[in-house]
Amino acid sequence: MSDECDVNELGRRVIRVIAQTQRIPPDQISLDSTFEELKIDSLDGINIVFALESEFGIAIPDDGVQNMRSVRETVAGVERLLRQKNVAAPPGAA
Amino acid sequence: MSRVAITGLGLVCALGNTVSQCWKRLAAGESRILPLSDPGNPPYRFTRGGEAWEFRPADFFSERELLMLDRFAQFAVMAAREAVAQSGLRFEGALADRSAVVTGSSVGGQFSQEEGYRKLYRENIPRVGPLTIPRVMANAGASRIASEFGIRGPGYTVSTACSSSNHALGQAFWMVRGGQATVAVAGGSEAVFAEGLLRAWESMRVVSPDVCRPFSADRKGLSLGEGAGMLVLENWEHAAARGAEILGEIVGFGMSSDAYHITQPSVDGPSNCMKWALRDAGMAPEQVGYINAHGTGTQINDQTETEAIRGVFGPSAGRLLVSSTKSMHGHTLGAAGGIEAVATVLTLRNSLVPPTANFTSPDPACDLDVVANRARAAEIEAAMSNTFAFGGLNASVVFARPDRPAPRQNQPG
Repeated sequence: MSDECDVNELGRRVIRVIAQTQRIPPDQISLDSTFEELKIDSLDGINIVFALESEFGIAIPDDGVQNMRSVRETVAGVERLLRQKNVAAPPGAA
Repeated sequence: MSRVAITGLGLVCALGNTVSQCWKRLAAGESRILPLSDPGNPPYRFTRGGEAWEFRPADFFSERELLMLDRFAQFAVMAAREAVAQSGLRFEGALADRSAVVTGSSVGGQFSQEEGYRKLYRENIPRVGPLTIPRVMANAGASRIASEFGIRGPGYTVSTACSSSNHALGQAFWMVRGGQATVAVAGGSEAVFAEGLLRAWESMRVVSPDVCRPFSADRKGLSLGEGAGMLVLENWEHAAARGAEILGEIVGFGMSSDAYHITQPSVDGPSNCMKWALRDAGMAPEQVGYINAHGTGTQINDQTETEAIRGVFGPSAGRLLVSSTKSMHGHTLGAAGGIEAVATVLTLRNSLVPPTANFTSPDPACDLDVVANRARAAEIEAAMSNTFAFGGLNASVVFARPDRPAPRQNQPG
């Protein structure tokens, strides 16, 4: 398994992306933060999704975007997509 | 204050190259949001759009003319030619100095811009063509219309995203009504199917993966479209004195700003906009029988627009016919107000309301009579056309049939 599937490491990377995209300090974001608490509106959300796609090399579907309302949901969504990607193309297969 | 007659209409969009071609399809409820001629590589998230399918530039412009005109300016000129020809006007002598051109465009010459960037960034050729600037500038269409017809009065272009054309039309209306211009050619144009722009729309995730379904419960976003709509506005007495056929009248214009969010619409902004337009028209809500809605087909727009219409029109909202012709020609952004103004004038003139096409199932949050899928015959005195732009800038224009009784506030004395 790659580091990408380790939730702690993955969580840190997702938080870093959110922090960079939103220009807020990473230590103000936890796994339990909701987007509402972080004052992330729908346009901010789209911008975060765009950055996550670049960071992880994944494509996030539109219905996936609607289900991301907290950091935890976002991490879970990214993790799911990474797993699908690794099934489709196992590490080293490329 | 003068009454403002409409004496010419011009249209080019996914529905055709002329007003009569487009009207046939509007009346038939025929959506021309079809598979993209270039689906992108890798493919865009969306597969369809309202391209001006029948538009062949070489059929309408010489090679020399095309050198100077980006696609959006070609559309503007073509629609203006049709509108001016219908009006029968010639801009000579004093009339040339008392006539205006006001156009709207959101992005201007996007194709020419991207062509320059392609050379610069992809091919590493640090030479961008000398005609890039005059092709890219958003006023290229207005300038060409002025020079082609010898219109020497006020000329300018408004850029307020999806409200560009309605702002242009409203400003031109006020100029003619206030006596600053005798005639104005007004409307707008847009050419959106350029790769860079499509990729930007793609990442915003507001474009429907198939077709837009305004006001439907299962709507998934807008469909992009391109084209132009132009109108000739004329001082009523001037038009009557020369025996011109008066196709319709503009009676009111309203504007507002949401002062809220860069992309999320509000209810208050559009409500205020429609109220100002009614007040400017001196009309009560119940006098308006039809609204050509902004109706983009995004979840949020259609819901907030419905709420705003219900708030402004109160009990008469139940009798209103509301449709989004974007379901047939797509969302043409800066051209939307121009194209939909022409559709609204034709609606009043033909006593036939074009439908909201692609409609599947009602949404309780959009509980207006949206004239689903089939055009409806209706005698209507006045109609409103809405545009609500990204950035929260709203513009509504009110039209009336030319044969309605003259309103009181415009009587002499």
